[in-house]
Amino acid sequence: MATVTQAPPVAPAPETKPPRKPRGRGRWTPYWLLLPGLLWLLVFFALPVIYQASTSVQTGSLEEGYEVTWHFAAYWDALSEYWPQFVRSVLYAASATVLCLLLGYPLAYLIAFRAGRWRNLIMVLVIAPFFTSFLIRTLAWKTILADGGPVVDALNTLHVLDVTAWLGWTAGDRVLATPLAVVCGLTYNFLPFMILPLYTSLERIDPRLHEAANDLYARPSTTFRRVTFPLSMPGVVSGTLLTFIPASGDYINSDLLGSTDTRMVGNVIQSQFLRILDYPTAAALSFILMAAILAVVTLYIRKSGTEDLV
Amino acid sequence: MEQYEPDRLSPAQEAAIRRSLRSGRAALSRRALLRASAGGALAVGGLGALSGCGIPAAGNTQGGVPAEDHSAEEKSVTFSNWTEYMDVNDSGRRHPTLEAFTRRTGIKVTYTEDINDNSEFFGKVKPQLAAGQDTGRDLIVLTDWLAARLIRLGWVQKLDPARLPHAFAHLSPQFRSPDWDPGRAYSYPWQGIATVIAYNKKALDGVEVKSLSDLLDNPKLKGRVGLLTEMRDTMGLTLLDMGKEPEKFTADDYDAALARLQKAVDKGQIRRFTGNDYTADISKGDFAACVAWAGDVVQLKADNPDIDFLIPDSGYMMSSDNLLVPNKARHKANAERLIDYYFEPRAAAELAAYINFVCPVEGVKDELAKIDEDAANNPLILPDKAMQAASRAFRSLSAEEETEFEEKFAKLTGA
Repeated sequence: MATVTQAPPVAPAPETKPPRKPRGRGRWTPYWLLLPGLLWLLVFFALPVIYQASTSVQTGSLEEGYEVTWHFAAYWDALSEYWPQFVRSVLYAASATVLCLLLGYPLAYLIAFRAGRWRNLIMVLVIAPFFTSFLIRTLAWKTILADGGPVVDALNTLHVLDVTAWLGWTAGDRVLATPLAVVCGLTYNFLPFMILPLYTSLERIDPRLHEAANDLYARPSTTFRRVTFPLSMPGVVSGTLLTFIPASGDYINSDLLGSTDTRMVGNVIQSQFLRILDYPTAAALSFILMAAILAVVTLYIRKSGTEDLV
Repeated sequence: MEQYEPDRLSPAQEAAIRRSLRSGRAALSRRALLRASAGGALAVGGLGALSGCGIPAAGNTQGGVPAEDHSAEEKSVTFSNWTEYMDVNDSGRRHPTLEAFTRRTGIKVTYTEDINDNSEFFGKVKPQLAAGQDTGRDLIVLTDWLAARLIRLGWVQKLDPARLPHAFAHLSPQFRSPDWDPGRAYSYPWQGIATVIAYNKKALDGVEVKSLSDLLDNPKLKGRVGLLTEMRDTMGLTLLDMGKEPEKFTADDYDAALARLQKAVDKGQIRRFTGNDYTADISKGDFAACVAWAGDVVQLKADNPDIDFLIPDSGYMMSSDNLLVPNKARHKANAERLIDYYFEPRAAAELAAYINFVCPVEGVKDELAKIDEDAANNPLILPDKAMQAASRAFRSLSAEEETEFEEKFAKLTGA
């Protein structure tokens, strides 16, 4: 059969056997393997969520105890009372996420493609802030942005603060205790959560694809737009989710860097639960926040079309 | 860099294979898994389960429940306190007054600094105390209003006056009979906390402040005034400033004081409502003036000569942190012995010299002067007659009032 000419296979058939029909005990193996994780989820996620759902429709007081009265109005009351804090949470978290992406993408790109032997060092520098506590890192920003400090002085001299004050991001000639400070704090604290997934997906891109694009006369900007960025989408999506979700529930940054008009929904839940001892309202607020995040995230993943990749 | 190997799968192919495996029959598909777990969750969390979960009444109507006291056979006591609320030696590891107590009595003290915030601590011990269980602590230190709540709920034990001779004899008159614990049946003060006004001379830059009104109204201080998130301290000073009595104000007085503060917030006068972290703001000068706790001011002043304090003519708020023995504590007698020890002038003076809060013990002046002459003459540590006279206390609130007032105050602070 030497006459038969066969083109060399571009892609050899995968060397995997056709999927075997699972039989008997084997069929249950995946479930057994999942058991520890499922139990964990049940005890530490599902049960608390049920408990919380129940709390949110109870009425009563600390002294007399709480009873389930199916008081669904708690949701409506909480939402109508605290909608500005909800809007603010989404707004701040979204701004911080966009800023993280703008700052994180070039850095992740640099680490993945240009850093060479400095790669590990830069990675360590990105992760290094995690060695200190979240609280300390946030407090450090109070020193950095202090009134009359070098940063604020420079911004004042350049009249940047006039512009931001006009936009309502800052107040007077200060940065601390304004929305801008809260967004800066959120951006800083969640930046590594953006950089790490971005880096992992950029690092997986085959450099030969860039060479190929170059060979096909694509300009660097076109290469980025048509090759690099689409391939890094999984990183972009998971990075934005890892930043947006915790940022929208955060209350430390608003507490330390903000003021009365920057309170986010996390602050409300904290004060309802710990200070006012209104557990039903706190639970209802938490549920609304969870639902809102779930809705935003679902929409986002649908839109970005990377359901399979995250 | 890896070279191109023709028999190696490209990433795209690998992905395709993986995808086919995942959606193949063999695999546990994500959808099936989600469906299965959602079904499971629903089965567990049916509506029946939802309505089954109420929270029982927290109160304990029989009053404090003494547990079996193991003090005699177990020579130990577990003491939970706030951070930096105890003297330490130079190495910072040992507490000289506690060690002296152990040497004298043979009672070993397990000292933990696990109280950071009244509200948080309440959240932490509530489940155990509400269920009538031992919290593992024999002695806890809580601020007036929370101590009052615990007494109201019946979660703390009545103290035995026979075991507290020093405490009874040396307790300062101004702490003797708070309206929430008349005659100190359940509690003894650990330290007094005076709420005053602190200012930073450099940041004030010649602006004169004499009262809370100056802080709330002077346009030169716009955005550079701090108030405390501790409702009773901020509201107490405001009520005083408006000529009301914090010991017997009405709900209308409260609303009026709140409206006064709201006005200041609305015009941007107030920079922030803070917890303990105000100390950084005032020492850096971000706050020109703020409501502050005297114990902190003594410390801040030592580190930064620009910081000083003022007692408004209308008076200042005094509260205290109180020693309490929670229900089911195993070593009540030992705990009482420790309380009594800190009312001996010598131990009280050593503690006062170190932590700089208002000392609730009488007759420590001579002892304190031996250790630290300045501290002995500091009215923020040992209040003189005039200071004692200007001291005011916030009245205790009923449960409903507490909820209502805290909620209104939280709205003022933005949450």
